[in-house]
Amino acid sequence: MAVSREQIAQRIAQELKDGYYVNLGIGIPTLVANYIPEGIEVMLQSENGLLGMGEFPTEENVDADLINAGKQTVTMAKGASLFSSAESFAMIRGGHVDLTVLGAFEVDVSGNIASWMIPGKLIKGMGGAMDLVAGAENIVVTMMHADKKGNSKILDACTLPLTGAQCIKKVVTDLAVLEIKDGAFHLLERAPGVSVEEIIEKTAGKLILPDVVPVMKL
Amino acid sequence: MAGLNKVVTSYQEALAGLTDGMTLMVGGFGLCGIPENLITTMRDIGVTDLTCISNNAGVDDFGLGLLLQKNQIKKIYASYVGENALFEKQMLSGELEVVLTPQGTLAEKIRAGGAGIPAFFTATGYGTPIAEGKETREIDGRHYILEPSLTADFALIKAWKADTMGNLVYRNTAMNFNPMMATAGKITVVEVEEIVEAGELDPHHIHTPGIYVNRVIKGTFEKRIEQRTVKAR
Repeated sequence: MAVSREQIAQRIAQELKDGYYVNLGIGIPTLVANYIPEGIEVMLQSENGLLGMGEFPTEENVDADLINAGKQTVTMAKGASLFSSAESFAMIRGGHVDLTVLGAFEVDVSGNIASWMIPGKLIKGMGGAMDLVAGAENIVVTMMHADKKGNSKILDACTLPLTGAQCIKKVVTDLAVLEIKDGAFHLLERAPGVSVEEIIEKTAGKLILPDVVPVMKL
Repeated sequence: MAGLNKVVTSYQEALAGLTDGMTLMVGGFGLCGIPENLITTMRDIGVTDLTCISNNAGVDDFGLGLLLQKNQIKKIYASYVGENALFEKQMLSGELEVVLTPQGTLAEKIRAGGAGIPAFFTATGYGTPIAEGKETREIDGRHYILEPSLTADFALIKAWKADTMGNLVYRNTAMNFNPMMATAGKITVVEVEEIVEAGELDPHHIHTPGIYVNRVIKGTFEKRIEQRTVKAR
């Protein structure tokens, strides 16, 4: 059984460390905020100009002037700060954010990521994704391992226009946790109930298997 | 206007001199911190052939979407335009030229424009379609692309409070692109929720010094919310 969106988020939350400043993208990455491990302190950065994003507001605390990068109404956590978009991307481009989590359409063995544009389909724009992948040292990509027809999105070379080149080192999918190094995907963990054979079948890019493949702990 | 008093009392006066074919910066992120009334005034004046620099393009019936409805925009620089059906239609038909720009690069292009820096190198977009046709350079083993800065004939921005001299304070995440845009317009027009006398704002707390601001007008705001999200009780 592939894991759910919530479980992917739960697994990614294990990458959070005490004292981290973290940027969570839209979609599954946003869910990571629900699984921050007990006993650690992290600050969430929202690229529209907020460091210290809190939970969603109650109806009476909704404030049109306080939103996250997904344009959802939010609150501020204790110790939050506010700043301009230029300052926000100085944090990102300058490598000050400890962990960035974002979604993708495709990744490949060189660490390339495609996440913003499907030629012939509607182009909505890259938002802050190109800045995030270029600026962050520590990026976790979250995505489905294959599309609905079973076509792999874990490739030898991305087919779609890139968001960033040679910048991705870790991928968490509904089937597996993969590390990208030396021109290959290295299988680190498999989802509960998912066989190594299924991962091999749904991974188009070069895949290196360890002797023992641990199961994702959720 | 007398001396350093920047306050104007009508929206017509606030946008005096804004004519067809001009380049405008328009503040805001989504619908948060947009100069709502300056946009509706532009719609009412009917200026056309505008080039707009703005992170987003509003929604169909609010924000810059109002100008799209009347085909007043010919070209737009933006990072994300997902929430606007009219925009899609005009982009696909070729009526509207769109320059998609990474959000941080867009912010920095505007910051640089206002700070007198003509261009800068950034790793953002290297190896992607954004880099096509741009000068590249390798610095200390990393690849960068050269991004020219942006300035505009008018910067139209929204702040929370101003004093009569144009010193500005923004509120929460309604700051976003507004402070950089304030610095990059030949004429910067600000609409605010409250205007106080010079000296009433604590100088420690001023986000945008009045030197960047030409005109200040007090407005009333709808502040529409795109994704009202509340927690379950």
